[in-house]
Amino acid sequence: MSTTPFRVQIIPKIKKESYLNLYRKGQRADERDFYSPRKISIQTNVLEKANGSSLVKLGNTQVMAGIKIEPGEPFFDTPDQGVLQVHAELVPLASPQFEPGPPDENSIELARVIDRSLRDPKAVDLNSLVIRPGDKVWMIWLDLYILDYDGNLFDASMLAAMAALLTAKMPEYEELETGEIKISKNISNNPIKINKKVVTVTTAKVENYILVDPNLDEEIISDTKSVIAFDEQGNIVGAQKTGMGSLSQEEIDNIINVSSSAAQVYFKLLNDALKSEVKEEKGDK
Amino acid sequence: MTRPQRFIDDEGKRLDGRKPDEIRPVKMQVGVLSNADGSALVEYGLTKVLAAVYGPKESQKSISLPDRASLRVRYHMAPFSTEERKNPAPSRREVELSKVLRESLEPIVITDYFPRTSIDIFIEVLQSDGGTRTVGATAASLALADAGIPMKALVAGVAIGKVDNVLIVDLNEVEDMYGDADMPIVAAPDLGQITLYQLNGVLSKEEFHNAIDMAMKVINKLVDIEKETLRNSYKEAGEE
Repeated sequence: MSTTPFRVQIIPKIKKESYLNLYRKGQRADERDFYSPRKISIQTNVLEKANGSSLVKLGNTQVMAGIKIEPGEPFFDTPDQGVLQVHAELVPLASPQFEPGPPDENSIELARVIDRSLRDPKAVDLNSLVIRPGDKVWMIWLDLYILDYDGNLFDASMLAAMAALLTAKMPEYEELETGEIKISKNISNNPIKINKKVVTVTTAKVENYILVDPNLDEEIISDTKSVIAFDEQGNIVGAQKTGMGSLSQEEIDNIINVSSSAAQVYFKLLNDALKSEVKEEKGDK
Repeated sequence: MTRPQRFIDDEGKRLDGRKPDEIRPVKMQVGVLSNADGSALVEYGLTKVLAAVYGPKESQKSISLPDRASLRVRYHMAPFSTEERKNPAPSRREVELSKVLRESLEPIVITDYFPRTSIDIFIEVLQSDGGTRTVGATAASLALADAGIPMKALVAGVAIGKVDNVLIVDLNEVEDMYGDADMPIVAAPDLGQITLYQLNGVLSKEEFHNAIDMAMKVINKLVDIEKETLRNSYKEAGEE
């Protein structure tokens, strides 16, 4: 059962009027303009035991992504496709609002929006993940770990997911006589086949202002949020209104335009981070 | 179920004979349960959803809010509602849909009239043939009104899809499963506000805009049917 949130933070609500005064002057409290994301850092291969990993900092929000790849059985209706599973953990150390326990509706929503935005545009080439059709395929477990929560988990999580997927390496394995697939501790040099890069852009609506990449205070005072996923060609590959309020048609049109420009900023940062990754790898040799 | 070769024939008709902007036959009934404070049964074609509202009633202390009523929403699918039996334990999908449906109803319920209370909304999918969350939103809107809960406006829902490069309204299960996009939308036309939208699939910016336009036209009609249904229920009550 989904219940109106009852752990409401009061202080940002009291500050709402001062925030609105800034917006009327075209400013935000952290000196950004309405349509710019916070400072972003993307690190990849931050863990050795995972097949792929990344750590993304979006302002003070930190998300770690870890990918484990294991042999498994395909779904009955897709015998010639591998399996992608996305899960998100709102780890209690990230915020006083997060409680230990099984995934709540917020972490399930986060994981499912990321999952759909990767699945529907076929961002990961699941057809390339077959070992023996109908019998053994690769299962990609993508776990998003929220380590520090200062708003906008969707965009940080999608950047972390993409960075980890794009730098992950398939396991080395051998097929035993029994037909079992044994993976060795070594990780191969083969990447996961990625068809498309995807980013999400989150905007908060505070009265009649639309703010890209809201921080936690901005999220708390907002009426509602929109998450729009884009591919590099500018197609919309996923969308979700999240939060209690509502939007007019004109506001949604405006959000789509603003978000599609911000998506380009995210793509540039993601591509730059991956380029420097390649350089480092070459430098090592 | 297999993927059809084509979804739209040479005459522009869909697999079930509908035009792209045509909704399935709609049925709405209110006051269908005796215990609930308000209830409704809504059908779009073969999709049948029952909604019940209890409250406002005194809230459990832990979730009680000092300045407004809390909404509690459960979207749930009956085990016999699907092709293969569905495990009745709530799935991750049902948890997410309960959340987005609650958030689609929060903007229309005047919650500040009833501080420290909760209003429970139960949405049970009895038969699923695509569009269950949007039919659920329509049923919940009717059940809230039937319970006499003060509301700013009624909402209704419909899904927009894309098959063979054409936008279509109110997907059935085949169109949902094998189509290129599924975009459920819930809106309150009297407020000009959209209270739920999701997109599963790929659309261009222009298609996204047109999809919302298309949905608003249908939702307008659906809310008119809701109003008619409520009016008739009072007429019947007066005659008794």
